[in-house]
Amino acid sequence: MGHATLEWIYVGVVIAILTWVGVEAWTGEKILEEVPEDAETIKVIGQQWLWTFEHEDGSVEVGKLTLKVGKTYKFEVTSKDVIHAFNIPSHAILIDAVPGRVNHIWMETTTPGEYLIQCREYCGLLHYNMRAMLIIEE
Amino acid sequence: MVLEVKKPRPLWEILFSTHHTDVALLYLITSIVFILMGGALAMTIRTELLTPGPTIMDDPALFNRVFTVHATTMLFLWILPFISAIGNYLIPILVRYKDMAYPRVNAVAYWMIPPGAALIWLGWFDGGWYAYPPYSIISSPGPSAEMWIFGLKILGISSILGAINFIVTILKCKHPDLPLMKTSLFVWSILVTSFMTLVAIPPFAAALIMLYTDRLGLSGFFDPNAGGDPIAYQHLFWFTFHPEVYIFLLPAVGMAYEIIPKFSRKPIFSYGSGVIAFGILMIIGFMSWAHHMLATGLSFAEKTVFMIGTLAAAPSSSMHIFNWIATMWGGRLKLAAPLKFTIGGIMLFFSAGAGGVVNTTLPLDFITHDTYWVVGHFHLMLMGTISMIFFGFTYYIFPFVTGRMYNEKIANVTFALIFTGTIIVFTMHHILGLLGMPRRIYDYIADPDLILGNQIASIGAYLVGIGVAILVAHLAIAAARGKEANMEDPFGIGEQYYDYRVKEPHH
Repeated sequence: MGHATLEWIYVGVVIAILTWVGVEAWTGEKILEEVPEDAETIKVIGQQWLWTFEHEDGSVEVGKLTLKVGKTYKFEVTSKDVIHAFNIPSHAILIDAVPGRVNHIWMETTTPGEYLIQCREYCGLLHYNMRAMLIIEE
Repeated sequence: MVLEVKKPRPLWEILFSTHHTDVALLYLITSIVFILMGGALAMTIRTELLTPGPTIMDDPALFNRVFTVHATTMLFLWILPFISAIGNYLIPILVRYKDMAYPRVNAVAYWMIPPGAALIWLGWFDGGWYAYPPYSIISSPGPSAEMWIFGLKILGISSILGAINFIVTILKCKHPDLPLMKTSLFVWSILVTSFMTLVAIPPFAAALIMLYTDRLGLSGFFDPNAGGDPIAYQHLFWFTFHPEVYIFLLPAVGMAYEIIPKFSRKPIFSYGSGVIAFGILMIIGFMSWAHHMLATGLSFAEKTVFMIGTLAAAPSSSMHIFNWIATMWGGRLKLAAPLKFTIGGIMLFFSAGAGGVVNTTLPLDFITHDTYWVVGHFHLMLMGTISMIFFGFTYYIFPFVTGRMYNEKIANVTFALIFTGTIIVFTMHHILGLLGMPRRIYDYIADPDLILGNQIASIGAYLVGIGVAILVAHLAIAAARGKEANMEDPFGIGEQYYDYRVKEPHH
């Protein structure tokens, strides 16, 4: 086989793999984009260096978030000062909290327990310590 | 020999020279000084993270300053000056011209680096090397952020002057009998990156000025309280710094194209595909900047476009890897230090590229983004690939510069240390990222997995640190006292290296 043929085959295989990866990723993301209609809204506000959560009924929690198991929640995330990132590593939830913008992301609660909420965008002195507790109750 | 410092000369004669080999020597020494300084900061970071809680630093602000200056130093004061050094040494020779096109501009471009570096190191900024507003607007009252801004502006102007000089040298001063398609692929890599520099740098230069006036309170471009948009800064920033990744990478690719055919004693498998891959990357490098911003709340359409733009960069990178392997295939390999470092770099290039595909595939990005996974990913590229090939090229060019030979056994030791250390530290970083450890943190939760992972990573980092320290110390000693190199064929390959012509080292 000549130089060119071999290389074209190789490039073709690489492109085929990448196309497959891209299509899979796109279909996966499309599912995540559509927020279910019955989702309950939680307002998440980041500020240096703590998280505030506001439930639909108006109750406010600071530093911890209590959710019910088996429900769908939509987080509306924003920030009061600098850019933070709202992150629940155990549930692969990540969205930036940008001042002046409201970003949203949703999740289902499946297993009761206590999980970590943390900030994943560098936001200054105590960025490393900007954590909160997610409590999923029966 | 052209690159050689012929006889001992007073220091001021080198400092004030405009000859390309002298400027190159200054660039080379500067870059090596700064990899040691930036490396010391890296060791500090890894030592602080050995245990949860304060290990050697009591003040998180100091830690934040250390990682900011570490990143700025490694990118702008190690990688870019090293590229300019090798470009200055080789480009005039490879295009058969007596010097760079504008020797004085060349010296000016070099002499902008020390003041820029001084501003960055004395400013000791804490906003992260990306300086995202609004944090960078409100952080560090006093001159620290301003010093960082002006330091980067000076280094940016230096890059642009260097890029113009390389473009004119290659396109206008090339020997008339030498067609562009017969020049070395290293020439192509410098030509392509110089064009990319000219297009990429200005948006960030503008963003820096806007950030500066925002800090002064004169404007509110990026301040939401004044009607600005912090995400606009991120677009400007990454429009510059995603292409900048290729500006760092492509010269290393070009250097691999210099080393591999010579040490495999075979011609390049396909010169044409190398040129095509450079050309494709030059354009596609500008189509993927927002993959750094997938979590900022981009629309689904934007995320799709930038995922496709990122995936599109992979085939041309893999064409280079194919080309290198096919060149080495069936060759009589001379496994000297330059080739070892290059092969190590290629292996890690593949790993870094595969990790990059994971980063951009949309749902997975939200697992890896801003965690230690990303730290591991880009260090595999910057340290594992680019710096590995740079170290190999340092060994390669060493006899031509000094007229002396390094010790192959010590070179093997440095390779073993740096290569294994790099694999340990940056593989562990990937795993820590999957465990959910965010980037840029002074302290982490006292979880046994995180502690173990961080300690393994720190051990790997120390191996790299020791390897680089031995490498620099050995080359410094060998430059003064090493045994004389056989200047016709220092590596015993039995091949002509460059078309040298007798040239005086001064204007």
